[in-house]
Amino acid sequence: MMSLAALGGTDYHGACINREIIMKNTIRFSVNGRPTTVQVDEDRVLLWVLRTELGLTGTKYGCGEGLCGSCTVLVEGEAVHSCQHPMKKVARKDVMTIEGLANNGDLHPLQTAFVEHDALQCGFCTPGMVLRAYSLLLSNPEPTRQEVIDHMENNLCRCGAHTRILRAIQTAADEMAEGVRS
Amino acid sequence: MTRYDSEIIPFLDLEPPSSVDRREFLRFLGGGVVVTFSAADLLALQATSRRRSFQELPDDFNAFLRIGEDGRVTCFTGKIEMGQGAFTSLAQMLADELEVSLDAVDMTMGDTDLCPWDMGTFGSMTTRFFGPPLRAAAAEAREVLIELAAERLEVPTDQLAVTNGVVYDTTDDNRKVSYSELTGGKKIARRLGRKAVLESVSDFTIVGQPLNRRDAVDKVTGSARYAGDIRRPGMLHARILRPPAHGARLVDADTTAVEGVEGAEVVHQGDLVAVLHEQPDIAERALQLVKARFATPKADVDNETIFDHLLEVAPPGETVSRGGNLDQGNQAAVSSVSRTYLDGYVAHAPIETHTALAEIADGKLTIWASTQRPFGLKAEAAEELGLPEDKVRVIPPFVGGGFGGKTANRQAIEAATLAKLTGKPVQVAWTRAEEFFFDTFRPAAVVKIDAGINDSARIAFWDYGTYFAGERGSEQFYDIPHHKTVAYSSSWRGTPGSHPFATGAWRAPGNNTNTFARESHIDILAAEAGMDPVEFRLHNLKDKRMQRVIQTAAERFGWTSAPSPSGRGHGVACGIDAGTYVAVMADVDVDETTGRVDVTRVVCAQDMGLVINPEGATTQVEGCIMMGLGYALAEEVRFTGGQILDTNFDTYEIPRFSWLPEIDTVLIDAQDSPPQGGGEPATIGVGAMIANAVFDAVGARVLRMPMTPKRIRQAVEEARQGPGSSRHG
Repeated sequence: MMSLAALGGTDYHGACINREIIMKNTIRFSVNGRPTTVQVDEDRVLLWVLRTELGLTGTKYGCGEGLCGSCTVLVEGEAVHSCQHPMKKVARKDVMTIEGLANNGDLHPLQTAFVEHDALQCGFCTPGMVLRAYSLLLSNPEPTRQEVIDHMENNLCRCGAHTRILRAIQTAADEMAEGVRS
Repeated sequence: MTRYDSEIIPFLDLEPPSSVDRREFLRFLGGGVVVTFSAADLLALQATSRRRSFQELPDDFNAFLRIGEDGRVTCFTGKIEMGQGAFTSLAQMLADELEVSLDAVDMTMGDTDLCPWDMGTFGSMTTRFFGPPLRAAAAEAREVLIELAAERLEVPTDQLAVTNGVVYDTTDDNRKVSYSELTGGKKIARRLGRKAVLESVSDFTIVGQPLNRRDAVDKVTGSARYAGDIRRPGMLHARILRPPAHGARLVDADTTAVEGVEGAEVVHQGDLVAVLHEQPDIAERALQLVKARFATPKADVDNETIFDHLLEVAPPGETVSRGGNLDQGNQAAVSSVSRTYLDGYVAHAPIETHTALAEIADGKLTIWASTQRPFGLKAEAAEELGLPEDKVRVIPPFVGGGFGGKTANRQAIEAATLAKLTGKPVQVAWTRAEEFFFDTFRPAAVVKIDAGINDSARIAFWDYGTYFAGERGSEQFYDIPHHKTVAYSSSWRGTPGSHPFATGAWRAPGNNTNTFARESHIDILAAEAGMDPVEFRLHNLKDKRMQRVIQTAAERFGWTSAPSPSGRGHGVACGIDAGTYVAVMADVDVDETTGRVDVTRVVCAQDMGLVINPEGATTQVEGCIMMGLGYALAEEVRFTGGQILDTNFDTYEIPRFSWLPEIDTVLIDAQDSPPQGGGEPATIGVGAMIANAVFDAVGARVLRMPMTPKRIRQAVEEARQGPGSSRHG
């Protein structure tokens, strides 16, 4: 079902498509702690496999070129652009999406802080924002404001919730440091 | 000219539905108490004469309110939620009028089968124009419930009060009955009487309270559904062959290579060439196999030559306002300055691209679409597919940002057309490049101002011409005896042959460009007078509301008097939009070598009448300021003829975290005046505020937006060459 048997040709901008038969590959990985196996072309990117094969639509398409951060997920605890991340690179790895952050319905402190600070408007960039921030707090639990800004810089929000997103991340970091919630 | 003319009519391109059987709604609703009101009632409540243009509006239900048999309250509104917060603020209004807890209110938004006709969500109109009738409808429903309770408890209505959805006897709290007990087994429909007594502001317990968004939990967990998240059995994702430029014509297309892609379907009908697949990325790869040739017209205009072009093709001007006599004013002036201000095309660039899923089942078309105009789309889709309107249903899930751009529904028509041609549900989700290509940009525009001051630092005359920005925000509000404001193309859509691609409404349409020009020019006059920019404004204003917002902002900012350029980098601008008065002030750092401007602090004071949700309103102000930084400093669509050169966020830069200034918002307490718009006003002054702050910092005047580092460097260079060198720029 997933094979792309390209016969070679020219696209409308004139670039050549390689003549190649792409096979289905079996890829085993973990999604939000759940062992998962998919049969897909290993060059397909993680974003579309999450959204259309696994039904995890919290991960969003925003630009398709790794420029906006809406598709951010964690692979082995590192934030990556799932729109740029081929399936072959997630084999045997742990992937976390926004759906996997809350624990049995209990919001993560970052999610709670985003709600309490109104750190979102249309909400479309929010899953990427939350996971990008989460990756920061994993490696740097007590970031300075400047460190937060630097880390979040390439996640774009068009509604302009920036000031509240920074506040939410700082609040979550403080709470996690105090062990109020984990 | 009223606000209705300037704001609503430009959106009414579409015809409202002529006759739809509204009784069908009642079938959906089941039991309980239902209140309806019509578009005509809405306008009557606004104490506005019914203008000719509105006689076409359907004289039937325009909104629904139901108190179900379980006591839960449902608001049915044609408005949509795109981040502006109506999902929360409308529920707040309902909860207050009905005296139920906010948790008891459900919102059903934009579904054209469930919600009555609405022109769309734009123009900061939801709270202003939809709010009052919604409150009145709630008050009406409350009266019905009180009457029912009076019968049930056998006490007169004036002896009853309501708390948290329970009606009780004020002489004996033990005698009480809940809304659900009253509505159970009942089916009561009331049309809104116009004289419903509204709760007074002092009785509000929920309105005016800062509240977190009610959609926030769904949005932080990834469970909120947007159009692209809807799944239907057997659905296909479509990728459509696009021309390289606007105006390009498809000569031929060879799709034979796509046949080798398992599961791919091709639609080729006339100019429409699409590849469909169960997986969107495979559809994209298969589309790359299509060989096509386009005939592209020669480019005759680009992002630099556009301004001359616009001035050449400008239609005759329409006078927006005038007073006194310009010649007389000119003679009274001791000093006058003439300037031309330029503004480029700006993209809406919502993070969610235009997306829609269309399905035809049993002869009925359903479209889940990211749209600000679900009812407009319903009519457009019916016409395009040749269906009666009652065979089309539009359901807008959460919309991932609109800003005016999602008033255009092209992607949904594409999805509907492909659903019809393939017989399967089809999703069209634009790529970022498609979003930049088909966006209805904020128009490039030119503003020419000639104005002068007399020997007591009063503005003696004001001669203002706005070309293609649109007339919103062009009218000046200073105390000027001799003035004239003329709009050359009063619509942001332009005139035939003016723009090389589609333009449209962009957050506070027209007003950003007009306020940039007006408030820059006011600062230039202040400098001519040798007067502090805030003092000069107050000196030339009689409007008390405007004086108050400026004074409030100045106080919070800690503005101290100094004529510009003072070297401090302080700037001010003010304006009126969607009924709201706003003043903004900034502190900027300018690097004269690189031309980089860093906005470190912004204060915004806003008088928007009664504030429904202060938290939501403050959030909107912050969003307006951030979005304003983009159009003021960086955003400009580059193009050659019909070819759009910016295709993604690498070259089209929108504001980032590092741009964030400290933002301080003051909402002026104006509880006694009706609520005004909040989603747009605070963005209008950002351009002039920064231009004025740059001038204050380094004495260089920038007359063109966006104020890119290159343009700042040029202005600094011109300023160094001596006073007067940029005088007639």
